[in-house]
Amino acid sequence: MLKRRHVLSMKDFSREEIDEILETAESLEPYARGKGSDILDGKILALMFFEPSTRTRMSFETAMKRLGGMTINLGSAEASSIAKGESLADTIRVVGGYADAIVIRHPKEGSARLAAEFSPVPVLNAGDGAGHHPTQTLLDLYTIKKESHLDDLSIALVGDLKYGRTVHSLAYALSLYGADIYLVSPPTLRMPEQIIGDLSRMGTRVREVSDLREVIEEVDVLYITRIQRERFPDPVEYNRVARSYSINTRDLEGAKPELRIMHPLPRVDEISPSIDGTKHAVYFRQSFYGVPVRMALLKMILED
Amino acid sequence: MAERELKVRPIRSGTVIDHIQAGQALNVLKILGISGTTDATVSVIMNVGSRKLGKKDIVKVEDRELREDEVNKIALIAPGATINIVRDYAVVEKYTVDLPDVIVGVVRCQNPSCISNTNEPIKPKMLVKGKNPVVLRCFYCDQPLTERIAEYLL
Repeated sequence: MLKRRHVLSMKDFSREEIDEILETAESLEPYARGKGSDILDGKILALMFFEPSTRTRMSFETAMKRLGGMTINLGSAEASSIAKGESLADTIRVVGGYADAIVIRHPKEGSARLAAEFSPVPVLNAGDGAGHHPTQTLLDLYTIKKESHLDDLSIALVGDLKYGRTVHSLAYALSLYGADIYLVSPPTLRMPEQIIGDLSRMGTRVREVSDLREVIEEVDVLYITRIQRERFPDPVEYNRVARSYSINTRDLEGAKPELRIMHPLPRVDEISPSIDGTKHAVYFRQSFYGVPVRMALLKMILED
Repeated sequence: MAERELKVRPIRSGTVIDHIQAGQALNVLKILGISGTTDATVSVIMNVGSRKLGKKDIVKVEDRELREDEVNKIALIAPGATINIVRDYAVVEKYTVDLPDVIVGVVRCQNPSCISNTNEPIKPKMLVKGKNPVVLRCFYCDQPLTERIAEYLL
């Protein structure tokens, strides 16, 4: 189904395709934990990160190696021919000759789609500026499926809903599963109207609230995102907003016992460390789930 | 019929663009690359009464037959415009402009962070999501473009 296909945006996937990826990920979890596999023996994955990344880059690398494949690395852009002014198109054509698939993160929106136009091998988008980051969304869906449930889900998306690319594509994907979505954000960081309109047209119940306490008793999942300092010209205002959207154990009074708290990480002050030890916290398992999900994609795309 | 449509003054040969949305005639000239320094004889008729549109603009360009890529560009700002190719005072060809599903190299993306606004060896590519009103979406970054399209013409 995914054989030799590009992975650029969640919009490229149907609900059935997403289900198949999540099921494949589940079957690969033992291998993600270290049970040996050689199904991608002899295959090479190129990692091209033009922007910093810890989790995405390392979990792609882990996923490939756990399946018996190898990785090659662009390294830092300054040390490569990019610094000499080579276009992305040329770089992609060259690297496509060295590898069986390419993972790319690039600051410009649409860069992964451009890469796909020039690449002789499948391209996986690991984040294109404020654009798409489909493998993050897939691992978020997998986390919800494993730690909570995708059907009849009630979820609150909290924090920066304006610029946060992960929450946009997660909201679109959840609408395929008929979730009820609460949007909790400062007024200046509300989810764009166009996206709320799209979600409503897809039949999703979307409600905006400014205070988490209004919905804490109802939701199955809290998805917290980082409020970025650079979005606020005034540091005082940033501190005020960031503090009012940080979660500690007191904020969870009245929550369902099975409430799960997710975060794409890195976190700064959004989630108090006092929550880490509670059964609500799943954000570190969430980052682990990036491995089986990326293994599933690599297997489905690359296996002979 | 032809006489009524070309009522201001029939041209001997060239192109008559009729049924332009009122107010867009000057943008049509911009798209055609016709400025004040042109040698061509050009007539611009604005805000003429029209049964179909209420008011419309008409542009007549003498001794120039529009190519298809130019016609596509006009459809971006004047959907529904009709093109009349005139030879020896007779309309030899007449058609309504129609946007293709994809427009390449005509209008650029308004998103400054889009990869298509860099030095990559590509032409901007827009997917046509709506024809009247025109709704474009950048093939690369998904950014929609619906208003002020004329400002983003290449």
